[in-house]
Amino acid sequence: MSAITITPPAQRKLKNHVSITQTVANSFTMAYRGLLKIKRTPEQLFDVTLQPIIFTLMFAYLFGGAISGDVQKYLPLLIPGILVQTVITTSVVTGVQLREDMDKGVFDRFKSLPIARIAPLAGALLADTLRYAIATTITFVVGFIIGYRPEGGVGFVILAGLLVVVCSWAISWIFAFFGVIARTAGSVQGISFLVLFPLTFLSNAYVPVDTLPDWLKWFATVNPVSHLVTAVRELANSGTFGADAWLALLGAAVVVAVFAPLTVRAYMRKA
Amino acid sequence: MTTSSEWAVEAHGLVKVFGDNRAVDGVDLTVRAGTVYGVLGPNGAGKTTTISMLATLLKPDGGEATIFGHDIRREQQVVRQLIGVTAQFASVDETLSATENLVIFSRLLGLSRADAKRKSAELLEEFGLAEAATRPLKKFSGGMRRRLDLAASLISQPPLLFLDEPTTGLDPRTRAQMWDTIRRLVATGSTVLLTTQYLDEADQLADRIAVIDTGRVVAEGTADELKASVGESSLQLRLADPADMEDARRAIAAVLGVEAVVSPEGSRITAPMRNPDTVTDLFVTFREAGIHLTEMSVQKPTLDEVFLTLTGHGVEEESGPGQDADEAERVNA
Repeated sequence: MSAITITPPAQRKLKNHVSITQTVANSFTMAYRGLLKIKRTPEQLFDVTLQPIIFTLMFAYLFGGAISGDVQKYLPLLIPGILVQTVITTSVVTGVQLREDMDKGVFDRFKSLPIARIAPLAGALLADTLRYAIATTITFVVGFIIGYRPEGGVGFVILAGLLVVVCSWAISWIFAFFGVIARTAGSVQGISFLVLFPLTFLSNAYVPVDTLPDWLKWFATVNPVSHLVTAVRELANSGTFGADAWLALLGAAVVVAVFAPLTVRAYMRKA
Repeated sequence: MTTSSEWAVEAHGLVKVFGDNRAVDGVDLTVRAGTVYGVLGPNGAGKTTTISMLATLLKPDGGEATIFGHDIRREQQVVRQLIGVTAQFASVDETLSATENLVIFSRLLGLSRADAKRKSAELLEEFGLAEAATRPLKKFSGGMRRRLDLAASLISQPPLLFLDEPTTGLDPRTRAQMWDTIRRLVATGSTVLLTTQYLDEADQLADRIAVIDTGRVVAEGTADELKASVGESSLQLRLADPADMEDARRAIAAVLGVEAVVSPEGSRITAPMRNPDTVTDLFVTFREAGIHLTEMSVQKPTLDEVFLTLTGHGVEEESGPGQDADEAERVNA
């Protein structure tokens, strides 16, 4: 009975709140769990490896001639756009997987442990930034192979990539929220794509906004995704960290500030 | 704090409503520290829901409960530091190995990386899982999974352990091993609150038993008290010569003053035994009349009979109509 002993209540230091340090530590442990799961089931990385390749090639050769005259001229416009769209799309999977994960018994144990309530959610979302990083890298590499030469240089391309990963992490809280409130993984996917498609396509990701009718131009201009796309273009193509980058970060902060508490509350109510 | 050492669980009038189904409808439970308490009931009786509320997994809709004197509503995090929960369906990560599971739970409980590894190895050794430590759980048998689940509940060395149907679905040998483990746990001073639909299990393990049906406690006491509440023991006799049957019945009626029942095969007699003292007189009477016995035994009432008497409907089979309600319990938990 060496390993099985009990510590009576009187000998324990009991506290009824979770400190910030513990919250961060718990979240990182959960992120470690997420990474282990990715390592165990590498097939779930199919989407982040194949989608950037297929989408980038497809859009470049399909629209390049029509929009910019030729493919080479279209790439500086397209690559940042397709990057943002691809990475945000993969963040939907975060919500779907969270739903599947929450249906498993292990979440019952997480709920019964004296840990920060946000940790299982924050950890899952944190681990998924690896997926976004993979999608980002592959998109840039495919772009480079077909002739994209970002003038901002390697440093700014990396910065642009980081900006996309951070913003996608923020947006994944929206899909995590759907993941927590929905009944099935399938419905999470359904609701999420309903939000995702207008948000990513009704932007400046693929076409210059000037070509759009006025009402659509208005939406495409205020759309936070457009600010992110513009920020990535400025960073990668000219090496400037401009107003749009700050706006994108502000938008990301607002999304987290709204959806993280909502998600945790919904999660705890279900608990 | 003086009461906290004596009572591990004190619950009064716990209520949980799902829609218009009162899954738990005013449950009172008091569990003395250091004992095994069995909550016995059929599927859908409200056992899992009750445990979920006590383990802070579900918020009660009514009533009060404390764990070692700490309120389950106001001091949730304190309660969570005092309990270990082993749910009906193994609460471990299927895609990870046994070691990875235990290390993650240990890290979440605040152990350092080195301590987490050491603790996991110790527990796996203790539960006979050391050889399977790095295998993915998908290849684990039901019994191995339960053992791992129990090991995970013991990382924080909790003074109170909730075991929700710890042996449901296990084969008899694995069940006996699980019982053995539970007994060893109690020997270390742990308090165990377990639910079961097996009468035998409650009888074997629990110091006290609460019988729960449709969300209410219908009886509470030790196994013997519960059995006694149903009625007297019975005397069972087998005669050497079936031809003596009529004489034997007459003797029982004369000496014990009760009507004996003859079994269909004709050689066994069952008689209610209100006063064990008079049995001696009966045997003397038999010897004087030359009636010889091949067998005699005293049969206490079984918990099956207890259950039937208390609820009027016996214990339903696992695939019975109770299944739906049980599923609802799980979904809502």
